[in-house]
Amino acid sequence: MKRAECIGMLYPELEDKVVVTIMGACAQELYDLGHRDNFFYLQHAMGLASSMGLGLALSLPDERVVVLDGDGSVLMNLGTLATIARYRPANLVHVIFDNGSLLSTGGFDSHTTAGITDLAAIARGAGIEHVRAVASVVDFGEAVIEAFERPDLSVIVAKVAAVGPNHYGMDLQLPENAFRFRRWIRQRRP
Amino acid sequence: MTVSYDNSKIVFDGIKAAGIRSVSALPETWLGLLLQRAEADPDVRLIQVAKEEEAIGVAAGAYLAGEPHLLLMQNHGFLAAINGIVSLAQLYSIPLCMLIALRGHWGEPYPWHTRGGIVTEPVLRALNIPFEYARDPKTVGRQIREAWTFSQSSLSPVALLLTRDLMED
Repeated sequence: MKRAECIGMLYPELEDKVVVTIMGACAQELYDLGHRDNFFYLQHAMGLASSMGLGLALSLPDERVVVLDGDGSVLMNLGTLATIARYRPANLVHVIFDNGSLLSTGGFDSHTTAGITDLAAIARGAGIEHVRAVASVVDFGEAVIEAFERPDLSVIVAKVAAVGPNHYGMDLQLPENAFRFRRWIRQRRP
Repeated sequence: MTVSYDNSKIVFDGIKAAGIRSVSALPETWLGLLLQRAEADPDVRLIQVAKEEEAIGVAAGAYLAGEPHLLLMQNHGFLAAINGIVSLAQLYSIPLCMLIALRGHWGEPYPWHTRGGIVTEPVLRALNIPFEYARDPKTVGRQIREAWTFSQSSLSPVALLLTRDLMED
């Protein structure tokens, strides 16, 4: 399955969610479906999208927070899974697209290639109870529905092909993304 | 030398008086008593990270959520967090209010702290992060409040360096 298919399936569900994506292909594929002010694209600082999701989820217990992460980014910050497990925000859904590749930086194999490293097992070992590993679009959709209905922390590890968009670029400056994202959240608060 | 109980309380009271609602931290000796207070206080959420760079992400998330948040770390943790500070906070104009325990400086008996202590100020300068030294329990509360205010107005990381004079008896 392709990550773009998963993101396409997820997109209608994200209208009222607080969403953080990692850099590169993942950010671009979400943006290309139509930017919304509740999407934050972390175009650098690899590994920290999940930490941002934790900070957002703990601060916003009434919002559903979704992190769209990748294997390369998670491998740069494995401690994040333990920290998230410890604080267990019930409103956080952490999706890890595992394409086994550092695609956006030249396509080098990551440690997850050929089943060497199992991110779902690491997430479980870190203490996260609800972890689901999926490899088909149908299973991905089911896992997402489950996660959104579950009043607890969920991690979904989705095995995807190492393919990305054929272009990169956004009509959105990085601080502008942060300002508009923050304002969207503020305007929903009582 | 022992960590100052009285001054740890003064620093924690200063954090609360600045309106801070959550703190991310990695435990370290000088911060121990402060973190115990944070953990015991129902009005402050303590988020203990596995490595300091994580705390930059947590702090950015809290800021975007509108929650007043402060980071507590040792200077070696600051050094470990630099890419997050540069490529998340500074890149996106996200403020960080950092209280940094300045180990490895004047009076330091432990060799392993010294290199980090010697480079902390030059690294802060290289990163264009405004900083002050906190040495006096009488003024540290105001310094925390001012660090917070300046971080929010400048949308920038700001550092207050907690010195041996303040943190040890």
